[in-house]
Amino acid sequence: MYYQPEVETMPTQRLQALQLERLQELANYVYTHIPFYKHSFDAAGVTPADITALADITKLPFTHKQDMREAYPFKMFAVSQDEVVRIHASSGTTGRAVVVGYTKQDLENWGDCFGRFLVAAGATKSSIVQVSYGYGLFTGGLGAHQGGEALGCTVIPMSSGNTRRQIQFLNDFGTDILCCTPSYALHIAEVAIEDGYDPPSQFNLCAALLGAEPCSEGMRREIEEKLGVKVHDIYGLSEVMGPGVACECAQQQGLHVNEDHFIVEIIDPNTGEPVADGEWGEAVFTTLTKQCSPLIRYRTHDITRILPLMCDCGRTFRRIDRITGRTDDMLIIRGVNVFPSQIEEVITGFAEITAQYQIVLTTANHLDRIELRVETVADFPFDEIRALESLRRAIAGELRSSLQVAVDVKIVEPKTIERSEGKARRIIDEREGRQS
Amino acid sequence: MISQLTVFIENKKGHLANACRAIANAGINMHALFLADTADFGIARIFCDRPNFATQALRDAGFRAKITPVLAVRIPDHKGCLADLLEFLDSEDVNIEYGYCYSANNGYAIDVLKVSGDEVEERLTLAGYQLVAPNEIYELD
Repeated sequence: MYYQPEVETMPTQRLQALQLERLQELANYVYTHIPFYKHSFDAAGVTPADITALADITKLPFTHKQDMREAYPFKMFAVSQDEVVRIHASSGTTGRAVVVGYTKQDLENWGDCFGRFLVAAGATKSSIVQVSYGYGLFTGGLGAHQGGEALGCTVIPMSSGNTRRQIQFLNDFGTDILCCTPSYALHIAEVAIEDGYDPPSQFNLCAALLGAEPCSEGMRREIEEKLGVKVHDIYGLSEVMGPGVACECAQQQGLHVNEDHFIVEIIDPNTGEPVADGEWGEAVFTTLTKQCSPLIRYRTHDITRILPLMCDCGRTFRRIDRITGRTDDMLIIRGVNVFPSQIEEVITGFAEITAQYQIVLTTANHLDRIELRVETVADFPFDEIRALESLRRAIAGELRSSLQVAVDVKIVEPKTIERSEGKARRIIDEREGRQS
Repeated sequence: MISQLTVFIENKKGHLANACRAIANAGINMHALFLADTADFGIARIFCDRPNFATQALRDAGFRAKITPVLAVRIPDHKGCLADLLEFLDSEDVNIEYGYCYSANNGYAIDVLKVSGDEVEERLTLAGYQLVAPNEIYELD
């Protein structure tokens, strides 16, 4: 089953011709509508007219997250404000968030992109889709919502949290498809089992579209067994669009990229040169149809590879492998992107603590738990428990507002944070399914 | 004022022992130890000989340690004596951050108090209370 069969099964040659046509339009569009791209094209000595074949994309300069931060808030919008109908933003310290805008057409395309994957997971107009991604500035909730409505499903806008109510609706409504992060899906499964449900026999669920954070194969199988569903790994990032950039079909052998809307390249992160199909590297995306926030060769820092062969499902869109890691130190905590530098910025704002810190990530009830270990400066009045507790609360509050993630702050003895000669080991990732 | 040695101790197995060992290794004898605990950490408050030297020894061993000035009042070991003292401080508008008591010899108890307020020692002395001098408790340094 396909949502837009004429596109999803388009012969490769025609698809590539469509991509080239759109890439040429895009190059012109960004060059004339976004000053940043005029500068970056000029600096690279390239003009839109230099794009005569798909391979010419490598002549175009990369776009980095930092470029988007510097464009805060709307400097990279290619349309006037009256055409922007929605804004999403990724977490960031105050004033430094990455902001993306959507026109009506952008939202429609987004809905289609996600809708295709719902269909690939077996959804029809009569399906009930429970969206348990967070709603808000985070693209997960509204992106999945958009997809469900585009297809004409019955969408339950649950957002994340309130797990017992999630379970009640899964049971009472007969939800067919669940969309959330893999860790939350597992948590829902665990709580349901704890409460005496047998999800595979009692719930109507047939598939789960899980994304926004890495999911190991073991975790996937565990969710599948506990919930009695087929898990489809879905990929997306707010800069490029949100969830729906790529997703697994029923084969579960790699994620099909919506290639009519995006060009994916895999590059060597050190040289910036493309690598051969099948080779691991950093995924780079170009948006072909976005009107408000188009991007040329956006560096994702996500590590994957192109799976060379055609998929048995009949879709001609090429597939990327599941994301195996990052080329930078970005952490994905409960689906939220967190850079250690953001944490450091908060820490250095407190004169009461030293710059020595350690972030420990663990899994508790299948959810990420983040603990920040800090030590007080030598002359801090730690004799008073009240002073220590209020310091702890102040740091946690500041972190919560700047990261959008709850952090357990622990004040530790100085010697427990190891001092190393070279690069300090700031991050200890002990979460299930992480290899670091 | 008495120099109380304060040590920050994580709520982890063996850490209190490590702190005490560090003091012992410095050749210092302890006279009293009180522990305040929370879920994550504890604060050990110690009376010991040569408190400045002990503080340095603990810091060298990697602990957060510092000297905190506290009041020590000697009161008769009778019922109501502590209540009298606390009521007096309350009437003088002195706030008590924390306190602990231990019975000493010869029918006296020593009440240790961390207080905020000006000239509390003078006011106590004027009211007839007997303050304990540092050298009565520990060897100075």
